[in-house]
Amino acid sequence: MVKPISTLGKYMILMGRVFSRPERVRMYFKQYVNEMAQLGINSIGIVLLISFFIGAVICIQIKLNIESPWMPRFVVGYTTREILLLEFSSSIMCLILAGKVGSNIASELGTMRVTQQIDALEIMGVNSASYLILPKILGLVTMIPILVTFSIFAGVIGAFCTAWFAGIMNATDLEYGIQYCFVEWYVWCSFIKSLFFAFIISSVSAFFGYTVEGGSIAVGKASTDAVVSSSVLILFSDLILTKLLS
Amino acid sequence: MIEIKSVYKSFEDRNVLDDISFTFENGKTNLIIGQSGSGKTVLMKCLVGLLTPEKGEVLYDGRDFIAMDKHEKKALRREMGMIFQSAALFDSLSVLENVMFPLDMFSNKTYRERVKRAQFCLDRVNLLDAQNKYPGEISGGMQKRVAIARAIALQPQYLFCDEPNSGLDPKTSLVIDDLVHSITAEYNMTTIINTHDMNSVLGIGESILYIYQGHKEWEGTKDDVFTSTNKRLNDFIFASDLLKKVKEEGGK
Repeated sequence: MVKPISTLGKYMILMGRVFSRPERVRMYFKQYVNEMAQLGINSIGIVLLISFFIGAVICIQIKLNIESPWMPRFVVGYTTREILLLEFSSSIMCLILAGKVGSNIASELGTMRVTQQIDALEIMGVNSASYLILPKILGLVTMIPILVTFSIFAGVIGAFCTAWFAGIMNATDLEYGIQYCFVEWYVWCSFIKSLFFAFIISSVSAFFGYTVEGGSIAVGKASTDAVVSSSVLILFSDLILTKLLS
Repeated sequence: MIEIKSVYKSFEDRNVLDDISFTFENGKTNLIIGQSGSGKTVLMKCLVGLLTPEKGEVLYDGRDFIAMDKHEKKALRREMGMIFQSAALFDSLSVLENVMFPLDMFSNKTYRERVKRAQFCLDRVNLLDAQNKYPGEISGGMQKRVAIARAIALQPQYLFCDEPNSGLDPKTSLVIDDLVHSITAEYNMTTIINTHDMNSVLGIGESILYIYQGHKEWEGTKDDVFTSTNKRLNDFIFASDLLKKVKEEGGK
């Protein structure tokens, strides 16, 4: 019980250092733009790819499993949209990003730690925690709504492709279902949840990377711990946020 | 000038530094020597504030570093430059950008002036041609020279070198030693080098502190080394047959 509390304490202290006043805003802004590209833009490809196929698979599974003579045909489109909006494009996509972005952040900072690059920043008088971590958090939080938007659209296109090319259902029914009883708030729910998840991914992964002690094995362990901890925290906070926002 | 007075540092039950006092003089290359595990690196980390001693004082020209608050420490750190064992260059930045980094962060000069200063520092270490390369594209010796250029970019008053010759061939080691020695005189800095390279000890050791198992065993200059009767020092420095012969010939 002592270790989790001690880890939480260290995390809070690190966050205190991260959210302190930057030495030179110009340098932080440059880092922020770099991180938006590295963490956000570079993730668009995988987000589109996964969302497209998951959108298509959701559509096929719903069609195969809930189709019956007394069920309206547009239900497939309606259910696909709700799954994409409410869970997949925010929570599941962030779980996937926890693997890609989280391990990237932890291993980058861990390597900087073991090669003394972080010590070099400290000796120069730079707040290394703030300079290295703050732009990552802000960069991912800025980019995540864009990634969620791409994910929703790619998922819907994937669903349409099953109708257009696989011919498993009528595209008009799918389109009607996707537009049926649309609740704009669900899109905002998706964005709000993803902002929290982005903060969790970037800050937790940065914590594990920044506090590495040892060599390459410790960096590998930090990377794994970052992904596992981020994923568990995303699932836990998803539960709370879903309850609060619904 | 940096003075350390009765510095103690321990990890759990083990005393790593035990009552060390010494004065690192201005304008000289001061060497900390000792076997692996003797506490050299811990002492250097205490000097630059990466570790805090349990007891004792670290005085930078009379200013007590340990007693300073974090803002004062930050300000003092801008007067320091450090060359790490691994060079610690930023992988994602080019050689020029690495040298410009402290200038970008702390200098109020224009972009053109910052580039000019960084190029001057690179020229000083004969690496102007490599300014657009990345750390991964240059050799270990070149990386150390870039680290020297980065360390002097802000014209520091105190220069720390943690085993600067580690992993380098003897010829490149001499180049690094000569560079650090000449830059120390040029900028009138207090330079502290942590090393167990005997060529450095006998070549540029203007002031030497020998640490043995965490305590100060001996102090002197490179010339004093040849006349010293301290058995531990002699066993450490003149361990090889070649250096034994040099000692027998009185260092000639």
